[in-house]
Amino acid sequence: MAKVFERPKALTDKPFHYCPGCTHGIIHCLIAEVIDELGIREKTVGVAPVGCAVFAYEYFNCDMHEAAHGRAPAVATGIKRVLPDNVVFTYQGDGDLASIGIAEIVHAANRGEKITTIFVNNAIYGMTGGQMAPTSLLGQVTATSPYGRDPETEGHPIKVSEMLATLEGVAYIERVSVHDIRNINRAKRAIKKAFQVQLEGKGFAMIEVLSTCPTNWGMTPVESLKWVKENMIPYYPLGVKKEVD
Amino acid sequence: MAKVLMKGNEAIAEAAIKAGCRYFFGYPITPQNEIPAYMAKMLPKVGGSFIQAESEVSAINMVYGAAGAGARVMTSSSSPGISLKQEGISYIVGAELPCLIVNIVRGGPGLGGIQPAQSDYFQAVKGGGHGDYHMVVLAPASVQEMADLVMDGFDIADRYRNPVMVLGDGMLGQMMEPVEFQEKDILQPQKPWATTGNRDGEARRIINSLFIDPQGLEEHVLKLYKKYEAMKENETRVECYNCENAEIIIVAYGTTARIAKNVIQLAAQEGINLGLIRPVTLWPFPDKTIGKWAKKSHTKGFLTLEMSMGQMVEDVRLSVNGTKPVYFYGRTGGMVPMPRAVLEEIKKIREGI
Repeated sequence: MAKVFERPKALTDKPFHYCPGCTHGIIHCLIAEVIDELGIREKTVGVAPVGCAVFAYEYFNCDMHEAAHGRAPAVATGIKRVLPDNVVFTYQGDGDLASIGIAEIVHAANRGEKITTIFVNNAIYGMTGGQMAPTSLLGQVTATSPYGRDPETEGHPIKVSEMLATLEGVAYIERVSVHDIRNINRAKRAIKKAFQVQLEGKGFAMIEVLSTCPTNWGMTPVESLKWVKENMIPYYPLGVKKEVD
Repeated sequence: MAKVLMKGNEAIAEAAIKAGCRYFFGYPITPQNEIPAYMAKMLPKVGGSFIQAESEVSAINMVYGAAGAGARVMTSSSSPGISLKQEGISYIVGAELPCLIVNIVRGGPGLGGIQPAQSDYFQAVKGGGHGDYHMVVLAPASVQEMADLVMDGFDIADRYRNPVMVLGDGMLGQMMEPVEFQEKDILQPQKPWATTGNRDGEARRIINSLFIDPQGLEEHVLKLYKKYEAMKENETRVECYNCENAEIIIVAYGTTARIAKNVIQLAAQEGINLGLIRPVTLWPFPDKTIGKWAKKSHTKGFLTLEMSMGQMVEDVRLSVNGTKPVYFYGRTGGMVPMPRAVLEEIKKIREGI
């Protein structure tokens, strides 16, 4: 019988620990497929975040660093400066990248570090039990915004991709979603491009992936996908935010 | 090589380059700014990379990345900046990465001041960051020693896959003295654990300090402690000066050890026999050497001399272990003890013993 689908070589056979319906697994798989397709597994070094993807180093079948919370872009900078011919990527959630690590991502992008960042935005802190993130939507109820996020006291959700797109060092930024097949395919194309940009030495590349958190959103997986489409995308419009030829 | 006249901070930077360090990540803070400036100027000329990071926090995490990728790498800062680096230092120890961290200490707490101090002793030798850990802490007392200890520090870091700290102060960093750099072949060890890319068929390399299973974490910490035991055994350094027949032995490191030598000369003119024990490694601490001199019948007591309110004195007391009295004299906040004032203190102590 012909084999039509198999685990990418850039993923280990370790079972994901992610909750049912969480889209981290899909995003991991897309990155791994891209690494395989580009034939760069042997020279790729990944940097895992703190948060739900803290164990990413157990899943990506390449050399990996586990970084402190928010510091992945600084760690990746150190690696890339030492190994300019290798491919270096960070995988970060919204608490990690948009809150505690906002300085690191801004300055890595501004320096035009030739790294690729996969920014998984599910509008909540997952690992610690559903606290408000900088990207939580207005009115969103979380453990630390129990009456809904109020812009008077908690501010507005940060549009990181749009913000970073203003920086000269950025070569490519796109926001994608993985709430349906069509968008998953688009996400994969964007991720591939973000690695190609690095291979071509153009500068910093980031893909923001709108993701789900059924557990902490208190929804079924199907409801979660619908919530991304109906609530997140209107505030976080998909598409290319910056692209340098 | 002929001697050259250099600032302590510049000697640190030049010694690091001579030791094969090609990566420096730092953030401006007084009184250590000559180190990054020197690195910014020189590293591009030797194929290295210098980054003025967005913060000390980022700088130490760049060090983590570069060290994990196999590079000989360093950072430098001064007290408030070193506080910011503590989290990263803890991760670097946990992930077993070698690097050199220089602290040109200034007065604290808080923003404190910019004048020399030794008030970061506890932070340097007792951990500073979170978790069970240690690092070798080298305390130079001259520009020459700053250069020598930096070169040795990289080797010690590689030997144990553990960060090494050089603890200077604003006085040592800013003063100029003649220095002669060691001309030695730099033999950096192979680093098969470094993340340089995972060839097919090889085991993956993972730089990590997360051990979610408590049993696994305990085993990891016990493994680290075996390294600390080996450091205690092999890396302890101390200078004993004029201790034979000394009535009172001053214990001091770095700048205050230089002052102590002046005190010893002044005292000799008045017929008072003093000695000096100068820890060159603050961790591991030369407790056995101090304990040995404490047992001598001519040693009536010890005076710990620090530019702090008394931090190393605790380790001196532990080393003496109650066998002889241990006194303390210190100035703090950037004030430097005057030899005459120290001698007066010693005279008062002699009346009491």
